[in-house]
Amino acid sequence: MEPEISDMKYTEDDLKKELETKEYEYGFYTDIESDTFPKGLDENIVRAISKKKDEPQWMTEWRLEAFRIWQKMEEPDWANVNYEKPDFQGISYYSAPKPKKELESLDEVDPELLKTFEKLGISIDEQKRLSGVAMDIVVDSVSVATTFKKTLAEKGIIFCPISEAIQDHPDLVRRYIGSIVPKTDNFYAALNSAVFTDGSFCYIPKGIKCPMELSTYFRINEGGTGQFERTLLIADKGSYVSYLEGCTAPARDENQLHAAVVELIALDDAEIKYSTVQNWYPGDAEGKGGVYNFVTKRGICHENSKISWTQVETGSAVTWKYPSCILKGNNSVGEFYSIAVTNNFQQADTGTKMIHLGKNTKSTIISKGISAGNSQNSYRGLVQINSRAENARNFSQCDSLLMGNKCGAHTFPYIETKNKTAQIEHEATTSKIGEDQLFYCNQRGIDTEKAIALIVNGFSKEVLNKLPMEFAVEAQKLLEISLEGSVG
Amino acid sequence: MLKIKDLHAGIDDKEILRGIDLEIKPGEVHAIMGPNGSGKSTLSSVIAGNETYEVLEGDILLDNQSILELAPDQRAHKGIFMSFQYPIEIPGVTTTNFIKTAINAKRKAQGLEDLPAKDMLQMIREKSELLEMDRKFLSRSLNEGFSGGEKKRNEIFQMAMLEPKLAILDETDSGLDIDALKIVANGVNKLKTKDNAVIVITHYQRLLDYIVPDFVHVLHDGKIVKSGGKELAHELEDKGYDWLK
Repeated sequence: MEPEISDMKYTEDDLKKELETKEYEYGFYTDIESDTFPKGLDENIVRAISKKKDEPQWMTEWRLEAFRIWQKMEEPDWANVNYEKPDFQGISYYSAPKPKKELESLDEVDPELLKTFEKLGISIDEQKRLSGVAMDIVVDSVSVATTFKKTLAEKGIIFCPISEAIQDHPDLVRRYIGSIVPKTDNFYAALNSAVFTDGSFCYIPKGIKCPMELSTYFRINEGGTGQFERTLLIADKGSYVSYLEGCTAPARDENQLHAAVVELIALDDAEIKYSTVQNWYPGDAEGKGGVYNFVTKRGICHENSKISWTQVETGSAVTWKYPSCILKGNNSVGEFYSIAVTNNFQQADTGTKMIHLGKNTKSTIISKGISAGNSQNSYRGLVQINSRAENARNFSQCDSLLMGNKCGAHTFPYIETKNKTAQIEHEATTSKIGEDQLFYCNQRGIDTEKAIALIVNGFSKEVLNKLPMEFAVEAQKLLEISLEGSVG
Repeated sequence: MLKIKDLHAGIDDKEILRGIDLEIKPGEVHAIMGPNGSGKSTLSSVIAGNETYEVLEGDILLDNQSILELAPDQRAHKGIFMSFQYPIEIPGVTTTNFIKTAINAKRKAQGLEDLPAKDMLQMIREKSELLEMDRKFLSRSLNEGFSGGEKKRNEIFQMAMLEPKLAILDETDSGLDIDALKIVANGVNKLKTKDNAVIVITHYQRLLDYIVPDFVHVLHDGKIVKSGGKELAHELEDKGYDWLK
């Protein structure tokens, strides 16, 4: 365990910062004209997507192969979630905002879209000026703006839409795509491989420390269109990158499928921090609508490298997500810090896999599950120590916080050890927000809703602390919004 | 300021307070004493609006307006503060963050903007000095791992920050050693003005040497059986409670 805040220096600056945290608003819908494919999926649609993207032959073939694999697969049902299986023929697999011409500057971006970003508190301009965050914004699958490209280019860093990378850096893409999450990996990964329309590509050259947080905001916008992003991030030897991924979706009455694949490659001595805030539409209070979020995220660590996954999952009707680390290289480190909030009729089955292959590999898992309403929240984790993994170490901590008596918290920790030198620790707690805690807050003038937000933020602090500063504020606010109305 | 009229209250059909009458004017300090189980803590909880207790009869007026229909947070916004006998732990929430949230919630209810960070900072500095508090407590999780004395001092710190109209100190002396008791009492005394009032609930006379009451009331079996000046506390110290039954 890392020492917590009590041991940290608490300067006046910290105090000030804590006092200055601001609030902002959510909940809106953007009306942007879209160019949408007919519903349904067959080889022709796969070819059409590839053609639309002007892809080389090898990419088309790769997609088709994935499609054929997917056709033979069945949707998994082992997760602790119940939902109506999506009709894969009832989905449109391509949707792009108009106009689709190349955009050089923000002036060319649809003003409606800019308004949306402003509401999100992430106006590109502001981001550019204030926080030095480069953004590759994906709205309904097509990147409409890429900023800070020049600064990054000077360092040799490539950060672009994956469709562009397929054109401009085919060797890198071809070498690594599907190397961590193969087409055959699972049903949704195979589907994604066949039909992904966009996503981000990132390459950090040897020895380069990426000077800014790389940030991508994904949004689902068009009713009935699935979103299938593909993210490929390669940190070459001795490099460092912190990557932020944040998502919001406007309220929708229809289930939307989202099946992303993220692959991370940390070569020798490299470090990747990958942070996600996910708040897609969770459905209404009766459990109607909401996003299905079936994501495959995995990274490989070579010698002495480190991958850190941090996620704040507050959205989606159904979440199926296990950001994982393959600790292949000796002395490599994998970390997973997660906050998963479920309210109303949301269901989340999320956790991680830490696969220890190399010697002296180390993994840390901190999972905080918060359930309210009629929701079900499951942690599912695997710690696997391979026979060659001498002196592997794992620490896992899974805490659950329950609100009310109609929700559920479940923990499914799997541990497989084939090496006797392994040291594995697992801690788990379950607690409930107490009446006495609420009364104490109430007595100080804090209403019950705010009190819950405060208690939940406190409960989640160990994970919130792992997020980059500007993201942590957003995440805290999100926890609050997600739990609104959770007490009668 | 506070008027309690024929107050009957209880929990799960059990009547604990059986007709309390009490009037507190601005600038006054009232002590409520009594043996265990006499209803002292119930009285403070009912004034603060703890919904565990049910008011069966009577009324509580603050500035001539009934507060019975108000939620605990609304009562707090009107200036009622209760220092808890057993302060509650909130893991991961720093005292600073907690008090900031409380102050801004109150300001919001009064139609005011959030207190600017620098003013808050200044206030924290003053009040923590007043209570001779080590500033590092402020960055620790609220009451988590605090000693009994630290918890009580933290309660009074919160009181100092919130500047209530009516402060109820529920057994604030329990768990305090004599030095801490003096600091806490000194803090309370410095916060006293002609416009606010304090109810000190205590089992022992000890605290009343430092926070000198204008009135002392003896609670027994849910009723005030005797009221008097500060000398009553000494009498109780000498004779115990039995002679009042």
